[in-house]
Amino acid sequence: MGEVMLEVQALDVTFRRGGDTVRAVRGVSLDVARGESFGIVGESGSGKSTVLRAICGLAPTTAGTIGLKGTSLATPRPADFYRRVQMVFQDPYASLHPRHTVDKVLAEPLAIHGFDRREARIEQALSEVGLGSDFRFRYPHQLSGGQRQRVAIARALILEPEVLLLDEPTSALDASIQAEVLNLLDRIRAERGLTYIMVSHDLAVVAHMCDRLIVMQHGEAVEELTRAALSAHRATTDYTRKLLSASEGYTPA
Amino acid sequence: MTTISRRDWLLTDRPASRRQARLGQIYRTWLTFRGNWLAMVGLAIVLALIIVALFANVIAPYDPVIGGDLRTARFLPPLTGNHLMGTDDLARDIFSRIVHGSRLTLMVVVLVAVIATPIGLLVGTSAGYFGGWTDTILMRITDIFLAFPRLILALAFVAALGPGIENAIIAIAITSWPPYARLARAETLTIRDSDYINAARLQGASSARILWYHVTPLCLSSVIIRVTLDMAGIILTAAGLGFLGLGAQPPQPEWGAMIASGRRFLIDQWWVATMPGIAIFVVSLGFNLLGDGLRDVLDPKARK
Repeated sequence: MGEVMLEVQALDVTFRRGGDTVRAVRGVSLDVARGESFGIVGESGSGKSTVLRAICGLAPTTAGTIGLKGTSLATPRPADFYRRVQMVFQDPYASLHPRHTVDKVLAEPLAIHGFDRREARIEQALSEVGLGSDFRFRYPHQLSGGQRQRVAIARALILEPEVLLLDEPTSALDASIQAEVLNLLDRIRAERGLTYIMVSHDLAVVAHMCDRLIVMQHGEAVEELTRAALSAHRATTDYTRKLLSASEGYTPA
Repeated sequence: MTTISRRDWLLTDRPASRRQARLGQIYRTWLTFRGNWLAMVGLAIVLALIIVALFANVIAPYDPVIGGDLRTARFLPPLTGNHLMGTDDLARDIFSRIVHGSRLTLMVVVLVAVIATPIGLLVGTSAGYFGGWTDTILMRITDIFLAFPRLILALAFVAALGPGIENAIIAIAITSWPPYARLARAETLTIRDSDYINAARLQGASSARILWYHVTPLCLSSVIIRVTLDMAGIILTAAGLGFLGLGAQPPQPEWGAMIASGRRFLIDQWWVATMPGIAIFVVSLGFNLLGDGLRDVLDPKARK
C-alpha cells in the first residue's frame, strides 16, 4: 500500500439532544492510501454517512483522531482543509441552493479561496462533468436530478481537492443515470489521481467503484474486505454474508 | 437575435449570461404577479402614491401650509370653486394638503422599511443560524420588544425623544423590527442544516458569508411580504402618533394630524376629517393588496 492519505482512528461520534444520547459511530478506524477508492457499506442508520460527516467536520468527533497526510485535523477545520477535501452529497435536490444559478454555485468556492482565472475554471469544470456551457446560467429547478448531481460534482472538483468524499452519490438517481454518474466519477478519479471515500448501501455500486471497503453495522466496523474478496464472496462475518445475499436480489425459498 | 422576440429571450431555459438569467427570473415572477388583478390594483395605488409624492408641487393647486382668505374661504365644502376636497378651518385647500401629505406618508413608509427590515433580518438570521446562547439572548431581547403593544412603545419612545415626524419614524422603526426577526429566525432554522448550507460550509465559507449570500436571500421573500403587509399598520401608527400630537407638528400636512384637527368640526364640516381618512384608507388598502399579491408570487409554500 502506498502513502496514507487519510487516517481515521477509533472514531466515536455521539449526538446529544436534550437528555438523549445517540452513539452513531463507535470506534471506527480506517486508512485510505493516496489514489485509492475506499468504500463504506452498511444498512440505513449504521453510521456510515456520519463517518464522512465527521471527517469533514460536520459531525462532532467525540473521541479518536482523524489525520490527513499524517497531520491530525483540528476542529474547526482550517480553511486549507476544504481545498484538499471536498464532499458530494446524497440528494442533488437538497444540495444546491434554490436561488443560485449553476454559475453562482461554481463561482462561490473560487471567490472564497481567491482563485484566479475564474471564468475559465467554471467553463472547464462544467465541461469536465459533461455539461455544456448552456447549462451555466440555469437555476437548479431547470435541471434534472442527474444534471444537478453533475453540478454538485463540478462544485466539489472546482477547488481541485485531493480527496473526494462521496455520500451515496447515486442513490437518489434512477438506474440509467446512476451508471452515467458512476462512470463519470471513475473517469475523473483516473484522470486526476483522486482519492475517494464512498459511502453506499448498494454493494454492487461499491464493488464496481472501490478497491477496499469496510462493512458497518450499528455504528461499528464489522469487517474489512478487498474487492477481490467481495467478488469471491469470501466474507467472514454473518452480517456481511447476509448483505451479500441480499444484494443478489430476491431468491425464492 | 433577429428572429426571437424579447419575451422568448426572457423565458428561455438556457440563458447565456448572468443578466439574462436574472432578468428571466424577474420576468417569470412578474408574469405570475400580473395574473392577480387585486395585486395589480394594490401596485397601482402604491405607484400612484409615489408619483403624487414626487410631483406634489405640480399636482397641488394651492400651498399646503398658507391658507386663503380667512373671512371667505374657511370651511368651503368639497367641489366649491377650485377646491376639490374643500377647505379647512384655516382656509387651506385640503386636496393640496393631502397631496403634500403623501410625501410624509411615503417618507415614513420607506424609512421604516429601510431601518427595520435589515435589523430584523440581521437579528433573526444570526439567532437562527448560530443557535445556543446567541439565539437565547437575541430572541429574549426580541420578546421584550414584542411584549409591548406597538403604539404604546412608540408613544414611550416619542415621549422620550420629543415630538416630531423624524422621532416618530425612529420610534416606529424601533418597534416594528421584532416580528421580522422572528420570521427570519424561523426561516433560518428550517434551512440551516440543509445540504446546500452544509456544502457552503465545506467550501470554507465564513459564517458572515453564509448568512449574507446563502441564508438571507431565502428569508428575504417572506420578510418582504410581511413588511409590505405591515405598511398599512405603519401608516396607521404614524397617523395615530400624528393624531395624538406626537408625530408631525402643525402646520405639516400629515394625514393623521389633519384628522385630529378636523375632528372638532366633524358634525358640521365632515369633509375636513374625512378626506385625509379616505387617503389613509386607500393607501393602507393598496399596501395590503400588494402584500397579498407578493405573497402569492414569492412565498414558495403558498404556491399551488
